[in-house]
Amino acid sequence: MEALSRADRVELLRAMLLMRAIEARALALYKQGKVPGSFYDGFGQEAVSVGAAFAMGPRDRLCPLHRDLGAHLVRGVEPARILAQYLGRASGVTGGRDGNVHFGDPASGVMGMVSMLPDMMCVATGMAMAFKLRGEQRVALTWFGDGATSRGDFHEAMNWAGVQRLPVVFVLENNQFAYSTPLAKQFAVDPVERARVYGFPGMTVDGNDAEAVFEAVRVARERALAGGGPTLVEAVTMRMHGHAAHDDMRYVPPELLAEWARRDPIEQQERRVDELGVDVAALRAEVDDEVAAAAEEALAAPMPDPAHAVHGVFATGEPEPLGDGRAPWSGFADEAAARAEAAPA
Amino acid sequence: MPEMTYLEAISDALREEMRADERVFVMGEDVGAFGGAFKVTDGFAEEFGEARVMDTPLAEAAIVGTAVGAAVVGMRPVCEMQFADFVACGFDQLVNVAGKTHYRFGLAVPIVVRLPSGGGFSGGPFHSQNPEAWFMHAPGLKVVAPSTAEDAKGLLTAAIRDPNPVVFLEHKHLYRRVKGDVPAGAYETPMTARVARPGSDLTVIAYGAMVHAALEATEELGASVEVLDLRSLVPLDTEAILTSVAKTSKIVIVDEANETCAAGAQVAALIAERAFEQLDGPIRRVASPDVPIPFSPPLEAAVLPSVDRIRDACRDLLDY
Repeated sequence: MEALSRADRVELLRAMLLMRAIEARALALYKQGKVPGSFYDGFGQEAVSVGAAFAMGPRDRLCPLHRDLGAHLVRGVEPARILAQYLGRASGVTGGRDGNVHFGDPASGVMGMVSMLPDMMCVATGMAMAFKLRGEQRVALTWFGDGATSRGDFHEAMNWAGVQRLPVVFVLENNQFAYSTPLAKQFAVDPVERARVYGFPGMTVDGNDAEAVFEAVRVARERALAGGGPTLVEAVTMRMHGHAAHDDMRYVPPELLAEWARRDPIEQQERRVDELGVDVAALRAEVDDEVAAAAEEALAAPMPDPAHAVHGVFATGEPEPLGDGRAPWSGFADEAAARAEAAPA
Repeated sequence: MPEMTYLEAISDALREEMRADERVFVMGEDVGAFGGAFKVTDGFAEEFGEARVMDTPLAEAAIVGTAVGAAVVGMRPVCEMQFADFVACGFDQLVNVAGKTHYRFGLAVPIVVRLPSGGGFSGGPFHSQNPEAWFMHAPGLKVVAPSTAEDAKGLLTAAIRDPNPVVFLEHKHLYRRVKGDVPAGAYETPMTARVARPGSDLTVIAYGAMVHAALEATEELGASVEVLDLRSLVPLDTEAILTSVAKTSKIVIVDEANETCAAGAQVAALIAERAFEQLDGPIRRVASPDVPIPFSPPLEAAVLPSVDRIRDACRDLLDY
């Protein structure tokens, strides 16, 4: 794939490995009783958040979901802060005010999700609306699941973005189940078909192929920057774990899991990177070490001060808009952003 | 100082802020070419262009949700709900997204949601509500409800400049009925209570349209009645309320909204908890009963708090 350099392709793998290692560690901590509440992960879906986030430039803005930890990693949020977030520690991204992947580090240009799905579709649409109002060459992107397409906010956001021809990319993360509800009980027609009737293109990609997801979102982003409006990208994948850690997935046919296990997104990318002559085992070891150190740091972090529970409800002073992040972006996105900056509005 | 209607004062605040700050824009159903259902943005599209006076799809959740998105990337959206009642469709975006974002990760959401509220002209169950209590109960939202033209302008200016989501209740029955001197140029009215009329025998606590009903009801009572205009429900000016209780010891609280868990219930709880020993009689509340606002004039009049009901409550309490 032309847009991706060798280093980018390794970076895609590294971000996916990091996501899986963090979530595996957090799940273990949950089972030890150290993670309060419940635990949600994106096991098997790493390519969707990593691939899509990788196609976005520093000045673009993202609204990920609870199975999209990879987006936060691509935007540069440190693993220790993420693990502290799961553990409810003071040094977590929300300082213990919210749990699991319900966070957005404002400095990373990412807005945290709410549990009402897909509310963030409206929010991302609004970000894109602001970019268009100001004549900025920027794009907003959000992820949402198959179940969320049944709610009104899906329709309102899709319609609005179509009417105003906004620079927004909608990534439908079709992971086969909304909690226990299969697709057949969620919609009569695959929602990617709906894009056309809202006045913009929809496409389906292999959600377990990080480079395919990247390429689809890259094209969607280019279209948005060129004034072509929104795109719906359906990334077809599989939720390999239960809805949350308590869910034994008895409703999922074992053969379906076995079939998707053969298409693991990380193994796919490892094969590619291996062919590039990269030492994949060393990369894995490096990521594991990083996560082990991050977990140690997070576990040593203090719990939040109960006195802080009542603070911070209201903002004071001049608001700070979402920032540009600190991530090692893909070379492609940097270049595209630079081109966009240079172009007349 | 020019004299303006309450409605003109709201328009004036919006216009001044849009002229002064390019981040400010208005969005809502029919606010552009038509100038809004009540003409608050009449002429705005001509002055500011259609992009900043945005006619939106009929989609209240998306009006609030897109406003949140625009706000977090640096804009200052002012959303209009065509009628306050319709904010029910945008409730989730307002309560769960706008209201909780700063607490969760320190990201400010500076939006204003304007709610043309209140009854009194046969709007019926879907065009007459006073939904302020819904939002008082939602942490992270400020809730203001001006009663005068001067405060309507100043509070809207303050709301637009506030770094938080602000629910701005503008009472439809005041739009053209209430006039007053309004200072030229931009100014902010603080989100605190105002003594609408000082007195020493009894206090009527009210906000929005009920301030005017309270003033009228207590004009010729033969007693010195203080009328406290709350102006802001969140934050609630507890100091002003307790000061007035200490002064008069007799309290009547008026809500146009239906009584259960209304703003006045919160005020009553505050007084009972913090100023019980200063009371010289039971707290009296005047509010709508817990029914949808009916359409037909005699039915509606039977529900909304009237000047007579407020006067009777005051007389009873003065005689206590």
